[in-house]
Amino acid sequence: MPSTTTVIVGAGHCGLAMSHCLAARSIDHIVLERAEVANSWRTQRWDSLRLLSPNWMTRLPGYRYRGDDPDGYLSAPEVAAMLGDYADTSAAPVLTSTTVTSVRAAGGGYVVRTDQGTWRARTVVLASGAAAVPAVPALARLVPAGLTCLTPVGYRNPGDLPGGGVLVVGASASGIQLADELHRCGHPVTLAVGEHVRMPRTYRGRDILWWLDASGVLDQRYDEVDDLVRARKVPSMQLVGSPGRTVDLNALSSAGVRLVGRLAGIADGVAQFSGSLPNVCALADLKLGRLLNTVDAWAGAAGERFAPTAVHSTPLGLDLRSGEISTIVWATGYRPDLSWLHVPVLERKGRVVHDGGVTACPGLYLIGMPFLRRRKSSLIDGAADDAAELTTHLAGYLDALAGRRERSAS
Amino acid sequence: MTTTETPVDNGVNVEALLGVRDALPGTPEIAKFQWRSTVSWVNGTHSRSDVETFYGFGDEQQHHTTFSYDIDHPLQFAAQDKGATPVEVVLAALGGCLTAGVAAVAQQRSIQLRSVRATLAAEMDLHGILGADPDVRNGFSGVTVSYQIDADATAEEIQALVAQSQKRSAVYDIITNPTSVTVEVH
Repeated sequence: MPSTTTVIVGAGHCGLAMSHCLAARSIDHIVLERAEVANSWRTQRWDSLRLLSPNWMTRLPGYRYRGDDPDGYLSAPEVAAMLGDYADTSAAPVLTSTTVTSVRAAGGGYVVRTDQGTWRARTVVLASGAAAVPAVPALARLVPAGLTCLTPVGYRNPGDLPGGGVLVVGASASGIQLADELHRCGHPVTLAVGEHVRMPRTYRGRDILWWLDASGVLDQRYDEVDDLVRARKVPSMQLVGSPGRTVDLNALSSAGVRLVGRLAGIADGVAQFSGSLPNVCALADLKLGRLLNTVDAWAGAAGERFAPTAVHSTPLGLDLRSGEISTIVWATGYRPDLSWLHVPVLERKGRVVHDGGVTACPGLYLIGMPFLRRRKSSLIDGAADDAAELTTHLAGYLDALAGRRERSAS
Repeated sequence: MTTTETPVDNGVNVEALLGVRDALPGTPEIAKFQWRSTVSWVNGTHSRSDVETFYGFGDEQQHHTTFSYDIDHPLQFAAQDKGATPVEVVLAALGGCLTAGVAAVAQQRSIQLRSVRATLAAEMDLHGILGADPDVRNGFSGVTVSYQIDADATAEEIQALVAQSQKRSAVYDIITNPTSVTVEVH
């Protein structure tokens, strides 16, 4: 059985960043990738999608954007090409078309089975992504037959949809972008809105992410926040990768998108929406106000403020059998797929328990999860610091292992 | 010179509540609760609801005394007006739940409350319960809650208190979202 010091599962930006950091310390490793580098950017993104962070912010260990459009936003094929180049220039030891089928603890290390053979490793880094599969709520099974159901992972462009009304469930980054795109293509769009993170694209004349980066908001550490459980569940920001364009609920509703509350149930084919829409909008407005106050406190003087989210009287029910709605888009989030992980580090809802990416099983690490070690952990730009710190921890663990072995040998 | 800061005290034991939350990952079963009420018809539209026991924290529990609520309809409904109407009890429950939340969240955020007053109003169209128009629902067509809060906090902090209270309120959730109800006859 071949062996290596570290197996990294997944050759996305986090797996490659980790590989770069391990290589810098001459730690022997391989990166196992089920398809090819940046697979999800090649196969699971809709056509018009662009990164939510500007090009200058697309930084990885040993890489920064050098093109002529620092304020632009990369398309999915451009992200895939960038990560492909990064893997090549880093000479990352990626084994493509190698699907991990199980990871188990054995003999003080791990046994990693794949469809291309089995590896033994002292340490394993789980880098297969927080957004491996769409998280569709259980009530989706109550949707009447005959409606087209899509997720942002399967959706490519408006040509995928039949004519007629669309119910977009979820108003985070994916939901607002798809609601906007489908509305512009002439579909009557209803957007079901739960808790969300309102964000202007630009503030005080700069990209909002410039302010969050410069003021240190994105660097806030996981051991500094009051409520980490909650911080890790905060939905994605309502942003679109388009210069100067804010797609918040006010923009959508004034364009003609109908806002309704969170989809709370489907009974006898009728979708039921929560009456909590005014409060989730108030929460998001207040949260945005606090964020801008934080930016202002750092920058000095006060910037502009945005009009409160306008909530008009909204329907609480929508008959899905009436023909008004022909398509439902489940923009209800994503979740990791760790069905192959057979190491006891999962909590009752199947999530990996970890302390900043360090699990309770020595030598098993996790990267690429929301607020793993910093607020920016969910952004490409967050991988560098997370990978550097996890590599330091991993190297320390290997040193300790080597020390133990020497002591027991002497 | 010494300054003495009076600790914030809204009479809410936030530490105990947070202690329960911290205990949940190890003992999720303590979170399983059942709330109960026994309602006996008295006469006409008058009935009495008794509240005495509940289940939670892994065991049978008991209020320190039995609480009774008379529920009736007003004279204008040709009833005896022996108590609040059921829909007014719902409003009372919503206001009580939200206000408890305001106090708890204020305590956790170190905001001293001086006075909190909620005024609740619910719109209803009688065509519904009288069966006079099938397009009108029986229940409220809308509820408004208006808070007047005097506290050591900015206007924005007070708005955030009230918003957070809604987010964590059981009765707010019960009213704004559908709940499955099973009624059996034995």
